Order: sequence, then structure tokens, then C-alpha cells
Amino acid sequence: MSAFAESEAKETFVLNLGPQHPATHGVLRVKLTMDGEYIAEAEPVLGYIHRMHEKMGENRTWAQFLPNTGRMDYLHALAYNHGYVSVVERAAGIEVPERAEYLRVITAELNRVSSHLLWFGAFILDLGGFSPLLYAFDDREHILDLLESVTGSRLTYCYFRFGGVYNDIDDNFVPGTRAFIKRLRERMPMYHNLVTKNIILMKRLQEVGPISAEMCRKYGATGPVCRGSGINFDVRKHEPYSIYPEFDFDVPVYDQCDSMARYMVRMDEIEQSLRIIEQALDKLPEGPVMAEKVPKILKPAKGDYYHAVETARGSFGLRVVSDGTNTPYRLKLRSPTFSNLSLFGEACQGMLLPDALALMGSLDLVIPEIDR
Amino acid sequence: MNCAAIKQKLAAIGAGAVSETDYARKGFALDVQVAPEQLVAAVSALDAEGFFIEAVTGVDWLGEQAALRKAAEAKVAAEAKAKAEAAAAAGEEAPPAEPAAEQGELPEDALEAVYDFNHYESLCRVTVRTRVPRSKPEVPTISQIYPGADWHERETHDFFGIIFVGHPYLVPLLLPEDADYHPLLKDFRP
Repeated sequence: MSAFAESEAKETFVLNLGPQHPATHGVLRVKLTMDGEYIAEAEPVLGYIHRMHEKMGENRTWAQFLPNTGRMDYLHALAYNHGYVSVVERAAGIEVPERAEYLRVITAELNRVSSHLLWFGAFILDLGGFSPLLYAFDDREHILDLLESVTGSRLTYCYFRFGGVYNDIDDNFVPGTRAFIKRLRERMPMYHNLVTKNIILMKRLQEVGPISAEMCRKYGATGPVCRGSGINFDVRKHEPYSIYPEFDFDVPVYDQCDSMARYMVRMDEIEQSLRIIEQALDKLPEGPVMAEKVPKILKPAKGDYYHAVETARGSFGLRVVSDGTNTPYRLKLRSPTFSNLSLFGEACQGMLLPDALALMGSLDLVIPEIDR
Repeated sequence: MNCAAIKQKLAAIGAGAVSETDYARKGFALDVQVAPEQLVAAVSALDAEGFFIEAVTGVDWLGEQAALRKAAEAKVAAEAKAKAEAAAAAGEEAPPAEPAAEQGELPEDALEAVYDFNHYESLCRVTVRTRVPRSKPEVPTISQIYPGADWHERETHDFFGIIFVGHPYLVPLLLPEDADYHPLLKDFRP
């Protein structure tokens, strides 16, 4: 049986994948038109957990929207926090103390590692391997404990404030984080031996699910999806924000364009995030964690403002239109997976259904962020 | 490719206003105003330069015209008051108040479609805007140039009711399939 359909679809039937299918990670439905085992057409159906965050933004003050940002991409909530506070700080002209920026980067990168670990476990689970999930959750648990001690929550963080962060770290955080970095570095070779070099995984991923660089551009794909297609694009390097220019880290890029390339990008990114955290811990300055004189009632000057951050899944952009009052006039949230998923329909045409599921897993979907 | 090159190209199309913005303050480099009929040409130019599409969205400017008129009236009133005070200070008799200018009907408020583009290699974020009247919000689709715009346009149609003429499949994406309301319009009442 070949990996791609060899002829035009003659006799087709419709198959609903989801909305309650475990491989669709949440409530995504894909309406598949099947030609036997091959996909003739795929149409993702969205909106099952649409909450209209953009309208909520127009109905509350700038600060009241902060908790919403952690509830879109629940796996990398701190990056969403970071994007929102950055765009409001840009609009209102608030300076952030250096220590606060360091804490933002350390916690956001820890959160990125936890997101990639969860993706790793869930992705292998999609492909039929159960035990890596348990290993990944074991490591992730350490990050959740560390972040809980700083932020007070384990998943939907709301830690950043306009002008800083709301809480300084305790005495155990730095040694705890260093111990975790050491631990994860020792575990990564095991992951590669156990999973990456596994012949079944290789056969499932290599040369499966091709996404060309041109397709990435036409659909606006960002993050590990475009970096798996040979495009060196990372907002942290491309459009440096916060204190990222002070750190020495690489952007992993693979140009095979297949699911394996996207897998490798994320696995390498874990190590790069650890490098950033390590450098930030070394350089962590003393000082306040909140700017003084941040007005209680923010009224940013009239106009449009844009800010993008690199989340675990790609570029998250916010466009804010302020009319000079204490509520946003318009708050556009550009989520990365929305664009990344939009290419799925074209990419999976003619593929075998199990290969398409591997492709979908390699896109790292988080549905609440797509539906917003 | 740099920002200056694409700025020239866009200006050549006849886009109404291509302005460079303060990147550090605003977060984007070029702000381009086009008429709806120039949109496809402008987006094609961006496509030829290798830009990728970030997002399409809208802004509802309900009440903008009324606010503009109010501001203009306040300015006229302030000038008249200043004139009267200057005359009083000089010991002259206050000049008779000028009759208020004849106010025509308010021009219609606009819906704005906003397109964000970015480039993988060079740092140049371009924002393209086009304005259409609220009663007839029709903008040509760009989904034939950027297939990724397909979903973004459907989302914008959901939220604002902007009709993307020529779109292959303009049905609700995030809202329920029978939704006949547009929640981000400022006069939307649930």
C-alpha cells in the first residue's frame, strides 16, 4: 500500500474525526472525505469552545483582562501573559525593572519546557506509545512545582503585571531550578534512546506529512512548524523583546519538512530553553520586581499598538486599539495554531488517515487557543 | 528586501497613505491605507516580496463621525469664546456671535478591515487597512493570493459581518453555523 493515493477519488464517504476523539486534543472536529484509507478532503470544524475573549476584552479594564490571557493557551500561559503585558506597557509607556524581566523570561522558558514535554508525551501517545507520556509527566511535574511556588498556580498562570511581576521568588526557587535543569539534561539522552531512535517512530514520521516552506508562508505558519520546514524564524531572535538579546541561544532549524523535522525542532528547543534559564539564573540581578508609579487606572494614548511574542507553538501577536479610556477599544489576538492548523486541509490531501493523525500531532494543537 | 523597497512599491500602486510608524512605540513598521479596490494589488505586491500573512481582522468605528463633529464644534466654540474675551479685554463691545454653521447629515461610520503582514527574513511588519461604509461592508477577498487568509476572513465575517466578495466558502467558522449576529460590532446587544 503506498503512502499517497495514486488515483483520483472515485467513490468517497464522509468520516467525522472528533469532536471527542483523543487524537484531536480537545474538541476539534475534522470532517474527512475518505477514499478508502486515503483522505480526499479534510475540513477542520472549529468553534466548539469559542469563548469570545476579544469581546470580553472590550468589556473590562486593561488589568481585568489579565487572567483571560492564561486561559487561551493553557500549556504556555506565561507567554500569553508576557504578550499582553508587553503590548499594554508599550501603549502606556511603562518601564519594567530588570529583575522583573529576568523573572519573566525564566518562568516563561520553564513554561515552554513544560509545554514541549507535554506535547512530547501526548504526541507519542497519538502514535500508539503509552509509556513516554508517563516519563514526560514525571519531569513536567517538577516544573509545575517550581512555578507553583512562584506564581501560586499550576496551569492557568496570571503572574505578570503591568510594570513587573506580582511576587518575588523564594529561596528555594534558584537551587530547585538548577537541580531540575541538571535532572532534565540527564533524562534527555534517555528520551532520544527510547523514542527518537525507535524504528517504529522513524517509520511513522520520516518523510510523512510534508509541509513546504512556501506553504508555511502562504498560510502564515510560525513556530516549530515553519522551523521544521527550513525557515529560520523565531520572534525572540527576529524581533527581540524583553531581555532575550542578552542570552546566547540557538534557533533549531531542520529542512526536511516532514513530521520528524518538527519533532526534532521541539526536542532541541528544550535544550535551548534550558540554556536561557541557566544564563538568566547566573545573571539574575537584585532589585524591585514591580515598577513604581504604575497608575492604578491605565489610560494608554489613542492609537494602534502591536506586539508579538514567541510561544511554544509560534508567534502570538496582539493588536490593541486604544481610544484613550480605561478599557481597550479593540483587542485582536492572533494565535499561532489558528494559522498552523489552517494548512492542515491542504497538507493532508491524499494521505493515509494514520499518517494524517501523525501530521496533526506534529502541529501541536491547543484547541482553546485556536477557538479563543 | 527591506522596508523602503516595499514602501515604494505600495506607493506606486496609489495606496492612499503609506506612512512609516515609530516601530519602538507602535510595534509595526508600515501603515498602509488603501481603498477596497486597491487592496488586491497591494496584497499581491506584498506576496511578490515574500511576506507572510499574520492575521486579518476588523475594527468598528461606530460613533467616530459624531465624535469628530463634536470635537470640531468644541474647537469653533473655544475660538469664539477666546475672541470675545480678547475683545472684552480691549474694552470693545463683544462682536455678535456667529451663527452656527449649517450642519448636514453625519457621514456614515466605517468598518475597517485590517491586514497584518510580516517577513520571515527581515524585520518589517506591514499593516494594510481599508475602510468600507457600515451599511455596505464589502471588501474583495485575498484568499486566492494567500490561502491562509481564508480562515481569517471567515473569522472577520463572523465577528464584524464584513463580506469578502469572491470568498469561496464564507460560512461561520468560530460562531455556530446558524449565527446571524456579529458580536464585535459596537451596537451588538446579546
